[in-house]
Amino acid sequence: MSIFLNESSKVIVQGMTGSEGQKHTRRMIASGTDVVGGVNPKKAGQSIDFDGTTVPVFGSVQEAMEQTGANVSVVFVPPAGTKGAVVEAVDAAMPLVVVITEGVPVHDTADFFSYAQAKGTTRIIGPNCPGLISPGKSNAGIIPADITKGGRVGLVSKSGTLTYQMMYELRDFGFSSAVGIGGDPIIGTTHIDALQAFQDDPETDAIVMIGEIGGDAEERAAAYIKDNVSKPVVGYVAGFTAPEGKTMGHAGAIVSGSSGTAQAKKEALEAVGVKVGKTPSETAQLMREILQNL
Amino acid sequence: MEYQAKELFAKHDVPVTLGTVVEKAEDARAAAEQLGGRVVVKAQVKVGGRGKAGGVKLAENPDEAVARAEDILGMDIKGHTVHRVLVAPTADIAEEYYFSFLVDRANRNYLCIASIEGGVEIEEVARTNPDAVAKVSIDPQAGVDDAKAAEIVAATRFPAEVADEAKEVVKKLWTVFLAEDASLVEVNPLVRLGDGHLEALDGKVTLDENADFRHADHAAFEDTAAADPLEAQAKEKNLNYVKLDGEVGIIGNGAGLVMSTLDVVAYAGEQHGGVKPANFLDIGGGASAEVMANGLHIILGDPQVKSVFVNVFGGITACDAVANGIVHALELLGEEANKPLVVRLDGNNVVEGRRILVDANHPLVTLVDTMDGAADRAAELAK
Repeated sequence: MSIFLNESSKVIVQGMTGSEGQKHTRRMIASGTDVVGGVNPKKAGQSIDFDGTTVPVFGSVQEAMEQTGANVSVVFVPPAGTKGAVVEAVDAAMPLVVVITEGVPVHDTADFFSYAQAKGTTRIIGPNCPGLISPGKSNAGIIPADITKGGRVGLVSKSGTLTYQMMYELRDFGFSSAVGIGGDPIIGTTHIDALQAFQDDPETDAIVMIGEIGGDAEERAAAYIKDNVSKPVVGYVAGFTAPEGKTMGHAGAIVSGSSGTAQAKKEALEAVGVKVGKTPSETAQLMREILQNL
Repeated sequence: MEYQAKELFAKHDVPVTLGTVVEKAEDARAAAEQLGGRVVVKAQVKVGGRGKAGGVKLAENPDEAVARAEDILGMDIKGHTVHRVLVAPTADIAEEYYFSFLVDRANRNYLCIASIEGGVEIEEVARTNPDAVAKVSIDPQAGVDDAKAAEIVAATRFPAEVADEAKEVVKKLWTVFLAEDASLVEVNPLVRLGDGHLEALDGKVTLDENADFRHADHAAFEDTAAADPLEAQAKEKNLNYVKLDGEVGIIGNGAGLVMSTLDVVAYAGEQHGGVKPANFLDIGGGASAEVMANGLHIILGDPQVKSVFVNVFGGITACDAVANGIVHALELLGEEANKPLVVRLDGNNVVEGRRILVDANHPLVTLVDTMDGAADRAAELAK
């Protein structure tokens, strides 16, 4: 098993005909993902060839779902059109919508997230995230598929490159799923959602959780772990040296006054028994020790 | 800044008195003369606690207004130099309230925080008298309609005599929040004047840069004078750069990895005389020679920098492309490149990437295999 994404996932790509959409659709297909369609109303009826795999373009998400049985959509639509694209997918009751787009206005995200909550039929991951991968099964987004293989570690991270780094550090063990939830102030799937899914996944033995400065998602995840997660969790938090009041790359990565600091997050996690590494390599080492003793 | 927040308030009919912004002390005279009587001279900086820092002063007449403006202009308030002051009429204040709308990250919707105990820091009120702070959650699908405005006014316990006007002000502030794509709209204090009317006496608005594409007018709010010159230069080149106070220049790909790199360098620095990271710079996925050259140009423009750590994990970007980028960037920079570069490459096509750097054999470049090892070397070189 794995979480959110598996070998029977059928993926469509909203924004597949754009340059980023094409590039990453090609990569998804190359890593074995069942990409069954793209959506672009202006190019409906056409098809695109990706190194021998022909992918049809549909006029709407609903049409793509009806024709292909798609149950995952990956969104590469630029920021100005992202909200419209997600709302369309939610209206079509797409079960999983992965929003890769960076730079989505936070009001738009608040809007499409609350819209999806009200409908109750769609899980959103992102925006501003690398997507998720269940190695060897399916890859919805931009995470490189060749870093590591399938395994029994679950990974949830706000950061893309730290996801890659951690997969690389633990490449000899492999991952059930790795989920990049994104670094924006409002995101569709949180650390807690992923922790819950990993806890419930019989093929995940241990979980790595990567956080960063800003907000209090890690503190809330710590409280959740205390009461609900029995599998071992190892944590890492980036941004100990970040100054107050400066946004560090991700829109949500900002220390405001004394809140959102890496130190506070580390302490909250350690207080519930999560081992927290000082560096990515130390974090990987902590997980390694756990896995060897399982 | 306050005057900019007030301009946005005025645009959406929130009751405010704008006053006049001046950059030269002498100009405060005309501003004070025009207003007549007693005025208040207020430092315009993007930071709270101006009053305590001496950045807000009363003036009885135009001469005093000039003198107070002279005192305040050029002041440093929590690291922000005062380049402008606002000259405004004094208000006849009967009561001070606090009001804000913000993005609620935890609940993934919006939140209204309000209190009839305003004029002081809301965190202080929340600590000493939490019952006096009303928090009302707002569903983005519903927004703030008449009923929600009434709920907010009731929860805040605004006095009955201002309740009706408060509902109108709440709805107008919601319009500011929504129409301007703000992540925060704060009024502190919102005052009841002697004549019974409400006015936003001071305020703060945080705009969402991601929404700039639909707000052409927001570019004017950017405080270019206050920005660090290197940060301004980076912004022009579309680079995500934050100047810090240290000696090891940092270039990496991906916000999380770069933040992590800063931490790892700071830890390594503890073993090497306390050297620290000099900056945050995320060159993103591309890492072309041009982007690498632009990044190095900015970092080498920081006189504090003694060494540079290039930390790239090749995910989508292949390490050979990054290595070629580094080699070409050094060619582009020529003699400007004069500090040692420690490079760590891992991930996609790493063998080829490392080979390119080894073959180029550039005298400034040291290749180290691990992130921790490279951080240690870069810190040592910056000692």
